[in-house]
Amino acid sequence: MLLWPVLLLAAAGLISPYVARSRIPVWLLAAAPAGVFAWLLSSYLRLGVGETTAESLGWFDPLGASLDFVLDGFGGLLALLISGVGTLIVIYASGYLAGHRDLGRLLLLLFFFMASMLGLVLADNVILLFVFWELTSITSYLLVGFNHEDKAARAKALQALLVTGAGGLAMLAGFILLGTTAESWRLSEIVQAGDLVRSSPVYGALTACIIIGAAAKSAQVPLHFWLPNAMAAPTPVSAFLHSATMVKAGVFLLAKLSPALDGTLLWHGSLSVLGSATLITGAVLGIVQTDLKRILAYTTLSVLGILTLLIGIGTELAIKSMVVFLLGHALYKAALFMVAGTVDHETGTRDVRRLGGLRRAMPVTAVAALLAAFSKAGFPPFFGFVGKEYVYKTGTALDQAGTAFIVVAVVGNMFLLALALKAGLHPFWSKTPLDAPGRTVHEAPWSLWGPPLALALCGLAFGLAAGLVGEALVGKAVAAIRLEPMTSSLSLWHGLSLPLVLSVVTMAGGLLIYANRRLIWPHRGRIEAVPGPSSVYETMVGNLAEVAKRKTRILQSGALTRYVAIVIAAATFLLGWKFLRFGGWPDLTIGPDIEILPAVLCVLAAGAALGATIATSRLGVLVALGIVGIAIALLFLHYSAPDLAITQILVEALTVMLLMLVVYKLPPVRREPRPGVAAAKWALAAGFGGGMTLIVLQALELQVAPSISEQLATWSYPAAHGRNVVNVILVDFRALDTFGEMIVLTIAALGVLSLLARRKRKREDAGS
Amino acid sequence: MSDATIIFLQLVIPVAGAVVCLATGRAPRVQRVCGVLGSIAALMAAVLLVARVDDAGVLAAQASGWAAPYGITLVADRLAAGMVLVAALVGLATAVYGLRDVTDGRLPWTFYPLLHFLLLGVQGAFLTGDLFNLYVWFEVMLVASFVLLTLGNGRAQLEGALKYVVLNILASALFLVGAGMLYGKLGTLNMADIAIKLQDPSEVALLHTSGILLLAAFGLKAGIFPLFFWLPASYHTPRVAVSAVFAGLLTKVGVYALIRGYTLFLSGTFEDLRSLLIWTAVATMVVGVLGAAAHFEVRRILSFHIVSQIGYMVLGLALMTPLALAGAVFYIGHHIIVKTNLFFVGGIIEEMRGSGELGRLGGLYRNHPWLAVLFFVPAFSLGGIPPLSGFWAKLAIVEAGLEAEAWVATAFALGVGILTLFSMTKIWMEAFWKADPRGEEAAARTGARKPLAPLVLPAAAFATITVVIGLAGGEMFAYAMRAADQLMDNAIYIRTVLGGLEGGVP
Repeated sequence: MLLWPVLLLAAAGLISPYVARSRIPVWLLAAAPAGVFAWLLSSYLRLGVGETTAESLGWFDPLGASLDFVLDGFGGLLALLISGVGTLIVIYASGYLAGHRDLGRLLLLLFFFMASMLGLVLADNVILLFVFWELTSITSYLLVGFNHEDKAARAKALQALLVTGAGGLAMLAGFILLGTTAESWRLSEIVQAGDLVRSSPVYGALTACIIIGAAAKSAQVPLHFWLPNAMAAPTPVSAFLHSATMVKAGVFLLAKLSPALDGTLLWHGSLSVLGSATLITGAVLGIVQTDLKRILAYTTLSVLGILTLLIGIGTELAIKSMVVFLLGHALYKAALFMVAGTVDHETGTRDVRRLGGLRRAMPVTAVAALLAAFSKAGFPPFFGFVGKEYVYKTGTALDQAGTAFIVVAVVGNMFLLALALKAGLHPFWSKTPLDAPGRTVHEAPWSLWGPPLALALCGLAFGLAAGLVGEALVGKAVAAIRLEPMTSSLSLWHGLSLPLVLSVVTMAGGLLIYANRRLIWPHRGRIEAVPGPSSVYETMVGNLAEVAKRKTRILQSGALTRYVAIVIAAATFLLGWKFLRFGGWPDLTIGPDIEILPAVLCVLAAGAALGATIATSRLGVLVALGIVGIAIALLFLHYSAPDLAITQILVEALTVMLLMLVVYKLPPVRREPRPGVAAAKWALAAGFGGGMTLIVLQALELQVAPSISEQLATWSYPAAHGRNVVNVILVDFRALDTFGEMIVLTIAALGVLSLLARRKRKREDAGS
Repeated sequence: MSDATIIFLQLVIPVAGAVVCLATGRAPRVQRVCGVLGSIAALMAAVLLVARVDDAGVLAAQASGWAAPYGITLVADRLAAGMVLVAALVGLATAVYGLRDVTDGRLPWTFYPLLHFLLLGVQGAFLTGDLFNLYVWFEVMLVASFVLLTLGNGRAQLEGALKYVVLNILASALFLVGAGMLYGKLGTLNMADIAIKLQDPSEVALLHTSGILLLAAFGLKAGIFPLFFWLPASYHTPRVAVSAVFAGLLTKVGVYALIRGYTLFLSGTFEDLRSLLIWTAVATMVVGVLGAAAHFEVRRILSFHIVSQIGYMVLGLALMTPLALAGAVFYIGHHIIVKTNLFFVGGIIEEMRGSGELGRLGGLYRNHPWLAVLFFVPAFSLGGIPPLSGFWAKLAIVEAGLEAEAWVATAFALGVGILTLFSMTKIWMEAFWKADPRGEEAAARTGARKPLAPLVLPAAAFATITVVIGLAGGEMFAYAMRAADQLMDNAIYIRTVLGGLEGGVP
């Protein structure tokens, strides 16, 4: 059953280009994710704490890839987010790109992404999960490059693909090691095998690989830079992929695998450091931004940092805060992105320096923005407040490093608050004069304000009903991650305690930063000019092309002589290696029983071969080689194999003729002007020739087993009815070889024919 | 139908096809029909063969009726049968693809006979159980491909053909010396018989010379580092139908020979060469992919990718575990389909735009979305994107590599994966995403003078196959596993071939 929602969404994708071109209202396509959402919700609510429903089907079983799906508390929660936010996004996109010629393509990809993302969170098999993981990367690539005729958009799409793709490959290695170590490919079994995994010698490697993969996907420092650049995508895409769902995949995976991998310094230390660094980086880089979408992108970074940090802490409270924060973020961030898109859609700009006072023209959007921003800022009674409270509670309950954690969290949250107000409040309520030339700004259509308003209201409702949400959603998710039920419920109000004090401090600090936002904006250029991992990426991609070109120029030079030299050098190397490593030198003494005629023929062949090396024309070379061939044919003749000799002569003649026709088109032989190179060629030729001589001599001395030829000779007359054993071999014992060689000759004749036909045609052309 | 009949059919049909196409050379329409019908017949025979082999394990047929090892044995195990099937498939697709080129009169009447001769050589090489007979089939392939390369007679083509033939003849010479020496030492050419005689480890060292020469010969045919130069030098020059069938089949025959060698008649020498093979595979992957990164012409990029992908197959062989071999086998099958298809699509692009230079292309995604899909599927399959066929191939190799604790080689295999993707996206972004440099209006016209159906049909069929393998290829992978089991334990192969040894005269 769990595969069906995935397939349904994919199918909705396949029909969407047609729907977009028809008269059917496009937003009706949202029925597919809405249906999936409703079905998932009913299944999820029926699910008890710690329970799962699982199913599996065979797929590429020898590789460990089976279609194992599971609906558990955590994956199910994300599945609800994906289908729920997805429904709203489809409605929003149909309004945002109404009439756009590529709306159908956008929806196709959005649905494919949604299906992949749903599969990712429902997969219970690491390979299957990876399949969906990569699919989200590739659909993200296609979506970021939606404005594909813009060169910058293409480059940013590629960057996102390469960074997440490279991380994905590390992750694949990690998964395979994990699967082999835990002796299962099923996630639900792997998380039970934590002791086995931690005691394995490859624990460090596999954990590092998995963290790298997750960090790339969830944009952790130093692999964070692709995410702000991914804002080149149309806003519905940014809202859905790059804030609410896809970038959570890394965090999702880390949380899901924590029972198998946690408990070591490597795990807790690296995740805490990564998370903190990302949190602070996002905050600092975000505060100087003036583009609404980039502001939001950097706050997404910060939030991803907090989530990773919380997983790194790993206590029950931490995991609980992580789930609450993740849920709250998905709700308000998607809403804020959609609001930003709506503002852009109506005013034509996303620059906060040019936006202000929009609440009069766009009242409903303004309300949605306000609600979402307050949740993000962590004001009570919004759900964002609950998340922040629990983060502080986590910190105050920590034995070690609690202070450090609290400092990082408070500073980060201050910036988040300031940024929330900047993105959600400033465009609508500030006194900055609106600068939207040539536009009369008015309220957007319902499809543009409805979805963000719905999400923002959810943020408010979840906060007010925190206890209920804790029971129905958070509790199940925490139990699914930690494999044990949550010990306390969720509440909005914790009385007058340290976390509340911290909240007040955060608000004061955040408001102070917000009030001074105009002072900070001018410093953007200076801060962004600091070289970071992004410039490392640029250098690597740039150098790759350069290195590739240089290497290829050297190896694939286009000069046939050089190719031949390399091939011969390789063969000589192999032969030399063989003799040095395994011995087998032949006896090199010359006996007294030399016959005159063969010796003369050998000298003739050798002389002709030498002649070929010093010939000044290609024709001369061919003739010389022809002499070698004839000499060898005569040798055959001398050793009483006339049929062999005839074949040799025929083939020799045909080959020479065929080659001559090709050679005819080539320029004359160029003498090697550099003496060093010429000497190297001679050395190579001598080395190869010497090696071949050695092995032929060696072969003469070895006879390991009796040859079949004696048996053939015995059978020749009685069984095959032929007195000449060579003939019998050719036409009977090995008739198939002869047949093949006949075909070779036929083809050669065809080749000659077509070359001659060309000459004839040329002559006719010249004549007419 | 007897086993022997089924095996011989695989050779008789291409011969008959070639002869009929030769005879009908003066009636192009008839010849075209015969050419395609012959390929269909070959495909049906191949299906029959696979079905029978998968049931029976190994089939053998003694040519001329002489018992092995005295005559020439043809053998079909699961690997050989699978290869025969894929080759027949490529043959049919190319025959259809060629229809279009032939009607334009740009391919001479010799195309169809030569195509069938080429396929004969390929099928013969897959099915033979005799070392010298393998050499003969290599020669058939070489001469047929050389003449195919020169069809059309462009200057660049002839130069490419010269490089091709010179380097390949070098390989033939090495092959011949190696095979000859092996015969001199062991007195037999039958692969199974050689394998038996090599079971005594004290004699293995003596055979390294022959083994090494054969390695160089097969390696050059396969296009491994540093013996691959003939491939990028010539593949971009001939007509597309020709380079597509080359891209699909030729190097894979070399890989097949390596696999056959190191699991059968050279298996004794394998252990000593294992690390050499692993590093050769790694170098092949890296050098090939860098070559692709350096080029900006569709078919040249694709040619270098062949080299790079060969590295993965050889790595699978070098790891020599059941999973690795299955991976290599699956990789070959996947690669043949995908690579042929990429050349098909590259050809359609050239047909529509008159060029394969990335700088002059653009706007294809905007104006020809279906062509974009046709390219996207094989390109990203080659890039190892799941769940397309290439992912499973790569996954098998990587899993096997990690299982064998070949950390560095596996890391390279993964790293090259991302570079492969990088150069595939290069074509995608330049030819498809980028706006057409000629402007919008010119872009909307296809530029093709005649209907593209014969070109699109095979490409669409192969793209479908790629997707189907990716989504539902479990059965195919299971077949590859069964093929690998046969390769790991060659006892059944040997017994089937030499079964009639006592009887002697039939």
